[in-house]
Amino acid sequence: MGLLSTGALVSGCNGSQSALNPYGAPAIHLENLIIGIVALSAMIWLLVMVMLVLALRRGRGAETEGRTSEGRLTMTVSAAVAVTVAIIAGMTIASFFTTRSIGVPQSAAVTITVRAQQWWWQVIYAGSDGTPTFQTANEIHIPVGQDIRLQLESADVVHSFWVPSLAGKQDLVPGRSNDLLLRAEKPGIYRGQCAEFCGLQHSHMAVMVVAEAPSDYARWITSQRADAMMPADPDAASGQAAFLAKPCAACHTVRGTQATGTTGPDLTHIGSRQTIAAGLLETTRGSLAAWIADPQTLKPGNNMPMVPLTSIELQNISAYMESLK
Amino acid sequence: MRAVADREGVRDTGMEAVELDRRLAATWSTPPGLWGALSTVDHKIIGRRYIVTAFVFLALGGVLALLMRLQLAQPEARFVGPDRYNQIFTMHGSNMMFLFAVPVMQAMAIYLVPLMVGTRNIAFPRLNAFSYWMYLAGGLLLWIAFAVDTGPDVGWFAYVPLSGPQYAAGKRADIWAQMITFTEVSALAIAVEIVVTVFKQRAPGMSLDRIPLFVWSMLVTSFLVILAMPAIMIASTSLILDRLVGTHFFNPAEGGDVLLWQHLFWFFGHPEVYIIFLPAVGMVSSIVATFTQRPVFGYLAMVMALIATGVLAFGLWVHHMFVAGLPRLGESFFTASSMAIAVPAGLQIFCWLATIWAGRPIFKTPFLFVIGFIVVFVIGGLTGVMVASVPFDTQVHDTYFVVAHFHYVLVGGAVFPLLGAVYYWFPKLTGRMMSETLGRWSFGLIFSGFNLTFFPMHILGLQGMPRRIYTYQPEMPWSGLNMFISLSGIVLAAGFLLFFIDAIRSARSGPVAPANPWGASTLEWATSSPPPSYNFARLPVIERLEPLSDRSDPLGIVEGLYTDRRELLITGVVEARAQARESSVGSSIWPLLAALATSAMLIWSIFTPWAVVWGSIPIAVALIGWFWPKGDPEDET
Repeated sequence: MGLLSTGALVSGCNGSQSALNPYGAPAIHLENLIIGIVALSAMIWLLVMVMLVLALRRGRGAETEGRTSEGRLTMTVSAAVAVTVAIIAGMTIASFFTTRSIGVPQSAAVTITVRAQQWWWQVIYAGSDGTPTFQTANEIHIPVGQDIRLQLESADVVHSFWVPSLAGKQDLVPGRSNDLLLRAEKPGIYRGQCAEFCGLQHSHMAVMVVAEAPSDYARWITSQRADAMMPADPDAASGQAAFLAKPCAACHTVRGTQATGTTGPDLTHIGSRQTIAAGLLETTRGSLAAWIADPQTLKPGNNMPMVPLTSIELQNISAYMESLK
Repeated sequence: MRAVADREGVRDTGMEAVELDRRLAATWSTPPGLWGALSTVDHKIIGRRYIVTAFVFLALGGVLALLMRLQLAQPEARFVGPDRYNQIFTMHGSNMMFLFAVPVMQAMAIYLVPLMVGTRNIAFPRLNAFSYWMYLAGGLLLWIAFAVDTGPDVGWFAYVPLSGPQYAAGKRADIWAQMITFTEVSALAIAVEIVVTVFKQRAPGMSLDRIPLFVWSMLVTSFLVILAMPAIMIASTSLILDRLVGTHFFNPAEGGDVLLWQHLFWFFGHPEVYIIFLPAVGMVSSIVATFTQRPVFGYLAMVMALIATGVLAFGLWVHHMFVAGLPRLGESFFTASSMAIAVPAGLQIFCWLATIWAGRPIFKTPFLFVIGFIVVFVIGGLTGVMVASVPFDTQVHDTYFVVAHFHYVLVGGAVFPLLGAVYYWFPKLTGRMMSETLGRWSFGLIFSGFNLTFFPMHILGLQGMPRRIYTYQPEMPWSGLNMFISLSGIVLAAGFLLFFIDAIRSARSGPVAPANPWGASTLEWATSSPPPSYNFARLPVIERLEPLSDRSDPLGIVEGLYTDRRELLITGVVEARAQARESSVGSSIWPLLAALATSAMLIWSIFTPWAVVWGSIPIAVALIGWFWPKGDPEDET
């Protein structure tokens, strides 16, 4: 099948985003179902095409031949309908069992809340047994080999969470809470993006799922729970001061400082994330500076305004952001 | 036929053919000039107008598609910005569904159904004229809004809350919702006309089992329109109310529900697909019968399949909402019902194949489009079975896979048959033949261009490309296929261009067509090409399913109708026995005035709710003028 081999060419480990490159149990079940149904459908199509060609050729030169009796035609058509019914029933049953296998189990090891907003993903790790809750954005870390329950909510319009290499998609609907089973069998970064049209920047609303060994995951959790580091180098320290003095802090939180805005993503550990602006740019000092200097050119229509800064302020704030590991 | 009570007037009994034509023409013709054009109620003039307008919208929608392909050919292209792109894809979808696909199918019915059932005009001719003006106004509203950068930008299904008061500022979403109202009104009007025409105006003797399959398909389609459109009417009206007067139908914060919109929309939106597809089934049946030189195999099975599809169409809407978070058990029911619709669809395909098998195919352009239809539509049907499966759908929903799927269904399943139908019925509509050479070229280009453009989209979808994105990042593995698709789109566009050139050229200077150029056997071919204003000089009497199939046994005719007034024969629903003679209304300007008044009220109501109050006054005036008693005597039974 040309269709399937093309999919296999896509690189697997880094940022895979393909239903044909599954790395998690739900996506693997789905791929099996997809391959099965596509293969069966391809055979049916070929069969119909063979019939069509035969019918066309037969009629073309068959002026003298005896015509098929209506009775035989009726038998053939009835048999074809019966086969259709059987195939349909088979596919319905196969799909029913696959649905059961991708359901969210009660016993999920971790529950993570994902709250979609125009046009980024707020990710909330609830504290269990007294540990504090923390937030991150556009990047979800999960331990490999464990069932993860995502609780999906929306702050504004309908979005859809879709990381095809790990699971099928699920909408995030305002006023409702949906569940999705996420599971990765191998460490790696799996990319996803919003699948339900959600406005101007629907195209730039990516999410990274970072699956890591349980020990790495535990380490990540610990570091994320901690408040932001105080900047060590002088540039970053002036950057922090500028950040707090400018409107930045009105929308963003950096835990451990006076910045407690909640409109934009929590920046406490932004330097540790792979990307900024929901998968738009790799996190570097340069890309941070470019983003802060002119967010509306890079992602037109997004909710971050351009804040007037001197070039020194811009450099320092970028340094500060980068230092927030 | 018997003559009943006496009336002052001239009957056609025993009249010379020339004299009869002269008298009927005097009674039925639309007066020349602008006034005649604006006040005509001739179903053929209105049908032709409707078809031409719908094809203009097709061309405009196609241009939008090309703009999208230009933008998507390369990653992070800056050719069109997100704001304009969102308007473009919303316009493309809304335009193709509401201004092209549904109206063009109904327009074909407006023209053909009265001819195929052997009557002189459609039922409610003034409503028919009103319908066209409403449709035109709705189309102009949408396109003028787009031209001044106020085109809707919320997608053709306008999900709330994105289309609600909080997230869609300005008037863009209102324009969309009100355009829906215009097309609803016009579509409902035609549906009612078709149902009544088919039930009460068939030629005597055309019992239910002698109705041509195209007419059956339009009858079922009309019932779908009547049952499905109220859902979208409720939805779009509630949306306007939410936006204009602050109701909270769809606002979860105030007890409204976001998914309510999706249920209402898709309760209409899924039958909509069959509203587009079933007429195409009728067209394919007509073409297959003519070009295999035998009746379609399994007439009863075909009719049952049409009705079954129509019923099942209302039980599948949830498959558009499989990832919205509904209860799983309910979703499994909708998987089963969605897959079940493959059975009547399969049955139809098998019946056509059996017809071709048993017939002697003639490979003219209309038949080529039917062959293309079978090849393409079977793929669309099978991918339809795929997306009917809940788990399969979780991976492909809202991706390019679905974009590929519905283009295979709608273009393959409806536009291919429609183009075949245009080549087939063109001589009847215009009196001229289209070019067979250009027809073959345009079929070849459209068929190959279509498949090269849309097949790769299945792969893109599985590779994770969502639909409705205005761009994608260079690191995604999609640029190669996207470039390929955009280039293929040029081939497809060239095919359509050739089709338009052929149609325009042939309408002016194509070879003159005889009454029945293809040797077809349905009634519309029994009259001249194009038909006279009164359709048939003498109404036919039908004795078999294919009235023209036996040349040695000419059509029976009705005698005794008046020639000095527009007179129709009313017949029974089942056996089509003559029941009454009824006058059909003449030209009137009131439908146009009523449409203008209604349009003014609807557009005004985007801006203030008071428009509904004050805007109703001119509508009332127009309707009073429209329905003012004409002083005709009661129709005779």
